[in-house]
Amino acid sequence: MKAFLTRRKSLLVAASAALALTLSACGGGGAGTGTSPSPVEKPSFAAGSTMEKLSSAGKVTIGTKFDQPLFGQKGLDGKPVGFDVEIGKLIAAKLGIAADKIEWVETVSANREQFIKQGKVDLIVATYTINDKRKTEVAFAGPYYEAGQALMVNKDNTSITKPEDVKGKNVCSVTGSTPASTIVEKYGAVLVPAATYSACLEPLRNKQVEAITTDNVILAGFVNKEPDAFKLASEETFTKEPYGIGVKKDDTEFRNWINDQLEGFAKDGSYKKAWEATAGAVIKTAPELPAIDRY
Amino acid sequence: MTSVLYDVPGPKARRISLIGSIVGVVVIGGLLALAIVTLAQQGIFQAQRWAIFGQADVWSLLFSGMSATLSAAAIAAVIAFPLGLLLCLMRISDIAWIRVPTRIVLEFLRGMPVVLMMLFVLLVFATSSFVAVVAGLVLYNSAIFAEIIRAGIQSLPKGQREAGLAIGLTSFQSRLSVELPQAIRRMLPSLVAQLVVLLKDTSLGYIVAYGELLRAVQVMADFLGPQFLFPVFFVAAAIYIAINLAVSRLAIWIERRGSKKAAGGVAKAPTAGVSTVVK
Amino acid sequence: MDVIIESLPQYWDGFLRTLFLAVVSGIIALVVGTLLAAARVSPVAALRGFSMAYVEVVRNTPLTIAFFFAAVVLPRLGVTFQQFEVAAIIALSAYTAAFIAEAVRSGVNSVPLGQAEAARSIGMTFGQVLSLIILPQALRTVVPPLINILIALVKNSSVAGAFFVLELFGYGKQLANDHGDAVMWVLVGVAFFYLLITVPLGYVAHQVERKVAIAR
Repeated sequence: MKAFLTRRKSLLVAASAALALTLSACGGGGAGTGTSPSPVEKPSFAAGSTMEKLSSAGKVTIGTKFDQPLFGQKGLDGKPVGFDVEIGKLIAAKLGIAADKIEWVETVSANREQFIKQGKVDLIVATYTINDKRKTEVAFAGPYYEAGQALMVNKDNTSITKPEDVKGKNVCSVTGSTPASTIVEKYGAVLVPAATYSACLEPLRNKQVEAITTDNVILAGFVNKEPDAFKLASEETFTKEPYGIGVKKDDTEFRNWINDQLEGFAKDGSYKKAWEATAGAVIKTAPELPAIDRY
Repeated sequence: MTSVLYDVPGPKARRISLIGSIVGVVVIGGLLALAIVTLAQQGIFQAQRWAIFGQADVWSLLFSGMSATLSAAAIAAVIAFPLGLLLCLMRISDIAWIRVPTRIVLEFLRGMPVVLMMLFVLLVFATSSFVAVVAGLVLYNSAIFAEIIRAGIQSLPKGQREAGLAIGLTSFQSRLSVELPQAIRRMLPSLVAQLVVLLKDTSLGYIVAYGELLRAVQVMADFLGPQFLFPVFFVAAAIYIAINLAVSRLAIWIERRGSKKAAGGVAKAPTAGVSTVVK
Repeated sequence: MDVIIESLPQYWDGFLRTLFLAVVSGIIALVVGTLLAAARVSPVAALRGFSMAYVEVVRNTPLTIAFFFAAVVLPRLGVTFQQFEVAAIIALSAYTAAFIAEAVRSGVNSVPLGQAEAARSIGMTFGQVLSLIILPQALRTVVPPLINILIALVKNSSVAGAFFVLELFGYGKQLANDHGDAVMWVLVGVAFFYLLITVPLGYVAHQVERKVAIAR
């Protein structure tokens, strides 16, 4: 682990040195190296609860995204880094499980509900927006963060400041994503579909699309890496995307326990620390933990 | 061999062709140079951008992408081949209620984009992207293997089957112990060529979020910064093409070796076989 | 099932774009592929070398790499376009042309030697031999494999859905997200529209194959 860290750090140094040379400004590496919260010694839980099961097994399987900068992104050593990953580590620590005993599984938007239902993962922290439709299939703890959909444009673009401005214009987003549906159905944009959000960058740079749309936090990551090329069309978001932690639908006990932990993280400062170690490198204003939705 | 199409060129024709060749080389070289200069102006060849290849982590990530590609291809091939054999036997079965549905299924599988099958498995069965990629490859390629082997069986002289039946083998026994072994040997070049196609198709995993080589490149560029996209892309493309070329060469080698050794010779891929090598 | 009927406009739009990509790329690939095949058997060494290298490299390049090159690298080289269909057509026709060249070449080789010899003996040049004698005969035998290549082209066009063109596959992915409860039917609908193109083409190939086999 240590060797990995030093290697990755040296790479980050190399990367940011190159950044500094090729771009006039440099906002840092973009993704931090993360933290390793120390696990609670021998926590005790009610017999038969999910917490007790995981705790005594000594390991946990967490689903996250591997391609979401700042939240869950696969680093060069193959391990994901980001705010979602930090939240996962904090929860695992409260179960008495060290960070290196977590098995990270890549979940994509399409298979998250099924992965929970089939027990392929114990919980999912993966920029997972809470909504009523999903609540019929899985249960959500949290929200632990509230994002919102936004637009990113070229630095010199002044014609797009709000979502209504993209009517009839080319907007890039990931095929089969909710932001893509929203921008088309609500705002009449012409969708230019890509396989990943970062794949949209080149077309935007080449002015083949007018904007990229997805959650503001993802766009902020791109803007941060190339502040001379891109900007957010507006700081305002036009949807609310409260990110929750997905667990099995009937496991209210586990859900309530995670909610308690989240509130605990906010109180003891580990929530803020997790933010600063990851997304905080880009989005300076640390968020407050949103009001927990204990439904 | 091709000389049959034209007379041996005389001195004048040779001169014209030489001049033409030089002009052609110059034009292509010029275009390449122009491309390189254009890219260089954008700083793509700056040393810092390529310095990342001095990092062990970069290579280990590229290799993990490559091994993701190769393992998906290997597992898919190992499953698809026996399945293809089975489908082939069902396709040529004497029993109509086995033959006809199999035929419909095969037509269906062959007419479908592989990436659509991958997406179907990923979404409907909610599998991991690895399973989706392998399943998509297996579904498509077992259908193609079945068709190739069937073409091989049909290319055998009728006497083979008749002789098998005459010595008292059942229809199925004759298929299994007389016709199949010959057919597979005959179609070996087509089968290996199809393996190249299968290997290439693993790259469709990019679209269903499987961490193959191209995805690894994208993830790495996301992590390091977009200015590294081109260097890693060029290296990955070179690796991909090199692997495929190596397997293609293997196919050609097998074909040559087969045509020397096999008594009956390796059948020239029939028209249907040629088509199957496409995708 | 309702979801298919409900989303017919999207399906239809995607279907037309898929058809458009396939038809335009198919025509370009047929022309370029035949030229490549002609170059491959021509007296000029440089043309032969170029054709061979092109076919060898492109046939061993994964389609996604070809698409990435056309959609992302080409604009950097100054080849700009506002419509990503252009990139898709470049990628698909460049890719397919290599396969067509191979098929046509094998067709050329299948024409009996006597044909070319007879043509040359009455004083025809290489261009005349090829265009008047060899290719017309070769093309007839290669029609079935050519159709199969075109079927592959239709299916390959689905990759465009991940490279900035909203065609049938792209719509499928989008609709699957919008109708999370009916993903299966959404994708069955997509499959149906692909089969609408590929199955009839396959039938034609099969019929032609039979005819050619008898004619020989």
